[in-house]
Amino acid sequence: MHRVWAIIERDLRRFRRSPTLIVVSMVMPLVQLVVLGYAFGGQIKHLRLGVVDQDHAVPAVQLREMFQAVAANARTFDTVGYSDLATALGDLRNGRISGVLNIPPRFSRRLLAGESPRVALAEDNTDQFSSAALQGALTALLGAYQQKTPAPRLAAAPTLSVVEIYPYVPYIQYLLPGTIVLAIFVSAMIGGGIIFIDDKARGLHEGYLVTPVHKFELILGFNLAGAAKAVIAGMVMVTCGSLIAGIPDPLSPVRLVQMFILVVVTALALISMMFLLVVRVNDPLVPRAVFGVLNTMLFFPSGAVYPINAFPEWMKVIAKVDPFTYAVHGFKELLLKNTGLAAIGFDLFYLGAFTVVVMAAATALFRRTL
Amino acid sequence: MTASPPAIEVERLTKCFGDFCAVDALSFTVNCGEVFGLLGPNGAGKSTLIRMLTTLVPPTSGTARVNGFDVARAPNDVRQSIGVIPQAMTSDLDLSAEENLSIFAKFYGIPREQRRRTITALLEAVDLTAWRDKPVKNFSGGMRRRLEIARGLVHEPRIFFLDEPTTGLDPVSRVSVWEMLSRLKRERDLTILVTTHYMDEADKLCDRIAIVDHGKLKALDSPLKLKASIPGRNVIEVSFTSVPAGWADTLRALPEVAEVKAEDHVFRLASQNGPRTTVELMEAARRAGIGIASLSVQSTTLDDVFVHYTGHQLRDALQSAAVYRISHLRERR
Repeated sequence: MHRVWAIIERDLRRFRRSPTLIVVSMVMPLVQLVVLGYAFGGQIKHLRLGVVDQDHAVPAVQLREMFQAVAANARTFDTVGYSDLATALGDLRNGRISGVLNIPPRFSRRLLAGESPRVALAEDNTDQFSSAALQGALTALLGAYQQKTPAPRLAAAPTLSVVEIYPYVPYIQYLLPGTIVLAIFVSAMIGGGIIFIDDKARGLHEGYLVTPVHKFELILGFNLAGAAKAVIAGMVMVTCGSLIAGIPDPLSPVRLVQMFILVVVTALALISMMFLLVVRVNDPLVPRAVFGVLNTMLFFPSGAVYPINAFPEWMKVIAKVDPFTYAVHGFKELLLKNTGLAAIGFDLFYLGAFTVVVMAAATALFRRTL
Repeated sequence: MTASPPAIEVERLTKCFGDFCAVDALSFTVNCGEVFGLLGPNGAGKSTLIRMLTTLVPPTSGTARVNGFDVARAPNDVRQSIGVIPQAMTSDLDLSAEENLSIFAKFYGIPREQRRRTITALLEAVDLTAWRDKPVKNFSGGMRRRLEIARGLVHEPRIFFLDEPTTGLDPVSRVSVWEMLSRLKRERDLTILVTTHYMDEADKLCDRIAIVDHGKLKALDSPLKLKASIPGRNVIEVSFTSVPAGWADTLRALPEVAEVKAEDHVFRLASQNGPRTTVELMEAARRAGIGIASLSVQSTTLDDVFVHYTGHQLRDALQSAAVYRISHLRERR
């Protein structure tokens, strides 16, 4: 065992003296969290909505006043008045406004006659997020408008009351679990995979192989050293990330212990995967070419940035075997729901089993000769 | 006096990569306490041989015993009893000199107190005491090599393998490395197997030399005996402005000439008496009306021994190997 410690000691001493590696594996994911979190997370505001009133009667004026109220309060959109539809549509095509709401002639008359008049929304659907926000705001607004008018005597329609069981989760918090796993992955990739191949290419391994170090001691040493670095990166991300994203009670000791367990299990799973990938590679260029693609292949299908239910079938298969998926799920439970370890039992089991299987394969492939 | 068992015994050791045999049925024995040199150009199979003996590469066939242990059957016993300095610099740049030695001492399971004492003594022996806590990335090539030699000795092995320990070092560092090796050998009663392509080093420091070319053993003896084994005591290298037919026979007939070899218009004459042959040679050239373009006379060196046994000069072989390597790199790009 002292030989295993010697390998770990050597690796951690080197790690301490490579500030670049520390910065890359810890600060980069934090930057990513902040930039992505705020780039995607914010509420959409100040979309320019053209309003063409071809009716001019009192109900139409009331409707326009409601639009202005939205513009003043929720600020989802600002209204721009148009006198004719053709000019408004022209501006929509030219990108000066995001949508055109047309109140047709005879709108008021049909409304008062008890018919269901329609207002039309022409929208720029190239930006799905903006058009969805616009549609959502206008649908809600028209719903509210309808309640103001005397309802015809109809059978009571069922309505949906939504109860949110957790506090509102901003996107930056939703992104945090994925970012923690990404920090562990980046650290495992650089501190495990790339360093392993570089050391091999520089002949450092040759120095080890002529000593009486056993094959298993080498494998254990390399992987525990890589995992230790990944755990450090993961825990830095857990604490700093929670503080930045505004997770409630981020430094609760019980939760930190639970997080530590999940970070360790995740680090072991990812470092063993990395070891399997590089165990027979000698060319230092290979990981640089492969790891970018690998990152995309594992991170995005994991549900870290978008729900898995939205994926096509083939991508769901990747999500099913991807250790990222289980790690991300585990961190979501602990961070966003504060569930405790019982709720992530299967995640821990999968990551543990993944480590054992992958490590066994890597051990079988590892050669103690050149 | 009973003879001690040999430190290294190699019997028909072979390593083939596909159709190409890097080491081809080599057999030799290295006695305890001797400095044994493997001499040959790049690609001769020296490194493959040393890698087989140090358990890094499994042999295709044949056997090798190091310190009495079979390299294939008891590799861990072999590893425990040898120190190895690979050709590439393998010390850790981010660690200090002491840390480099300490990590390796731990690989050999040396207890803490002994480790401290050994490291102090070794750093003193390789003249790096003042650099004990300095990171290796600030070391010169010669210092790194000396540190690696110390690293190979942390577990006090009796057999020491060095693969081209002075390649890439400046002349001053080369001398200091070899002086240090001679001292360590004396003080620690080491058996040393070293590969080199520097003839002068091999000549001065090795008790016996094996000349290896294309994976085969061409000659094996002490430097003195090797030099005596080839014809002549002097070598005359001469080139002429023109060469008439039968000129080589004329040269061969000169007094004291033992052998004549022609290579690209340069004639190499092995002579028992260099000055006398030179005078006669010049006279013969004058009579035949041939001008002498260049001429040199020198004592027989290991280079001549190498030429005699392999049929080509070591420096040519090195050059062609270098050309091959560079073009190979270009192809890869």
